[in-house]
Amino acid sequence: MSRSFTPSMARNIFYGGTVFFALLFLALTYQNEQVLPTRDNRANLTEKVAAGKKIWETRNCIGCHTLLGEGAYFAPELGNVYKRRGGDAGGTEFIKSWIQAQPGGTPGRRQMPQFNLSEKELDEIAAFLKYVSEINTSNWPPNIEG
Amino acid sequence: MQFQSQAVSRFYFTAAIGLFVAQILFGLVMGLQYVIGDFLFPAIPFNVARMVHTNALIVWLLMGFMGAAYYLVPEESETELYSPKLAIALFWIFLVAAALTVLGYLFVPYASLAEWTGNDLLATMGREFLEQPLPTKLGIVIVAIGFLFNITMTVLKGRKTAISTVLLLGLWGLAVFFLFSFYNPDNIARDKYYWWFVVHLWVEGVWELILAAILAFVLIKVTGVDREVIDKWLYVIITMALVSGIIGTGHHFYWIGSAEYWQWWGSVFSAMEPIPFFAMTVFAFNMVNRRRREHPNRAATLWALGTGVMAFLGAGVWGFLHTLAPVNYYTHGSQVTAAHGHMAFYGAYVMVVITMISYAMPLIRGRAANSSKAQVLEMWSFWLMTVAMVFITLFLTAAGILQVWLQRVSATPLPFMATQDQIGLFYWLREGAGVVFLVGLVIYIASFFYNGGEEKTAA
Ligand code: HEM
Ligand code: HEM
Ligand SMILES: [Fe+2]
Repeated sequence: MSRSFTPSMARNIFYGGTVFFALLFLALTYQNEQVLPTRDNRANLTEKVAAGKKIWETRNCIGCHTLLGEGAYFAPELGNVYKRRGGDAGGTEFIKSWIQAQPGGTPGRRQMPQFNLSEKELDEIAAFLKYVSEINTSNWPPNIEG
Repeated sequence: MQFQSQAVSRFYFTAAIGLFVAQILFGLVMGLQYVIGDFLFPAIPFNVARMVHTNALIVWLLMGFMGAAYYLVPEESETELYSPKLAIALFWIFLVAAALTVLGYLFVPYASLAEWTGNDLLATMGREFLEQPLPTKLGIVIVAIGFLFNITMTVLKGRKTAISTVLLLGLWGLAVFFLFSFYNPDNIARDKYYWWFVVHLWVEGVWELILAAILAFVLIKVTGVDREVIDKWLYVIITMALVSGIIGTGHHFYWIGSAEYWQWWGSVFSAMEPIPFFAMTVFAFNMVNRRRREHPNRAATLWALGTGVMAFLGAGVWGFLHTLAPVNYYTHGSQVTAAHGHMAFYGAYVMVVITMISYAMPLIRGRAANSSKAQVLEMWSFWLMTVAMVFITLFLTAAGILQVWLQRVSATPLPFMATQDQIGLFYWLREGAGVVFLVGLVIYIASFFYNGGEEKTAA
């Protein structure tokens, strides 16, 4: 690099550039918060859904599954499992009985633990997954298999 | 070693390597569970192994960064560390907290762990990489504050250099962005959005400052190149990193309910993120070619050059591969992601920490460099681990492409589990490469104990 370009010039460009783009990021974040209500299905974010999210977290489901494509890649995507397993015609029932039936126990097959959830907790986690399936994800995943 | 107090970094480096071993062992457990699904079930379910694997990684990298800072800052500042006692006390707090957390993961059901540790007061657990119980998260904050106080005071009382300034900025940023881990709204779309303020703004933001500063420090030491030249490079690199990386966060916002404009902002800015990584490689080779001395520690030079190349491949090339929204639409949350995550973490942050350890440990142990036989061993471990990681990445990429094809592109898409059965071969190959990685790691550790007949200065 040329001599006329001094370290202090480089430093000033660094601070200026960083501050500028950090502010731009904050502005975009602010804008995002304005857009979210039209996409994040918040009208249906009930107490039950919030309780379901807590079940999701305290059983560390994300340690095996993805949710909207984020998490671990060991087990199926669950952002759209409600729709994949019947939607309003059976999605909730499927999710509840699936969780109750674990572990499947087939030798050599990947196993999901038994969490001993109560009927109320099962309803909550199912409500959470239904809620997530109705978030506007710009058409992701590409098909129902997730 | 110019200052006595630099020796505290030895604690951090030793513990870091110990946790590195734990990380890899649990990685191998998971790798087996990928193909033998019920391996160790229900004793160690996959999600538990994964928490240990990723959290051990994060904690040992943090330990490595701290150790690096305790070594680097006194030397740059030309003064003793403000408080070596504080550094040692914080080390034990951090180590005990990390050990208790791992034991908690392994022996307590996660839901009970959450209940016992106050997750009902403030729910922060159960999110990827941020699984730590509340007391552990608070412990991290306390250790970070004490650490930042210590090194900031050291910098303030001594010489201020570009390297120590950039390192400090990176470390402060690391602590500040970690605070977002305490924010967990009920709204999952918002939760996910701010979660990335920790994860992305760490690895593609402030950690790059830490990376560049450590690399610059070691390069000055082993090449003797003029500081003025290195300072300019340093600022140019970190400018490009933050200018591209901050808005580049948008590459995670495409499909999680956030605004659609992120597909443009995220694609355009993150497409520029490889530039600083490329610049780092050019910088490293450039400095070594212009070297003014032949430093006896050839292993450290090798690690420094390797960091540049592998960070560029893992973060730059493999990041670019899936960062454009139309590509990410198909690869999002697949084995392609895992492939990139592995090579990027290894190439950038694992390797830079090892670079620092490689340079500093011999000096802490009272010699400019290890015996040439010990260095040969270390270089073997470099090649074994690095080549193994290249293969892990290639196998996972192959698995990922097939997965995307079978499950997401095909006209008759297979379900997830059926797809996994189809690509099992690549998971076996990955596990094989993982074993080679472990062999490399064992040889790396052996190199510390091998002195090839020279007197042992270790205490
Ligand atoms: C013996 C070598 C290793 C094996 C067999 C291994 C295996 C695995 C497996 C199976 C996963 C979980 C993937 C999933 O969620 O389904 C994983 C995740 C991860 N591993 Fe490793 N690993 C190894 C070494 C490493 C190393 C050296 C690093 C860091 C440099 C690393 C960093 C990570 C990270 C960051 C994740 C999370 C990835 C993501 O979320 O995309 N691993 N590893
Ligand atoms: C050293 C720097 C980097 C590290 C350590 C790193 C690590 C990771 C990890 C662990 C993930 C998975 C996160 C999860 O579990 O959900 C990830 C995702 C991603 N990274 Fe990086 N990364 C780095 C740099 C980059 C760069 C420079 C780019 C772009 C050029 C990039 C593009 C991406 C993309 C697009 C994803 C999302 C993948 C998906 O949609 O599933 N990364 N990265
Ligand atoms: Fe990112």
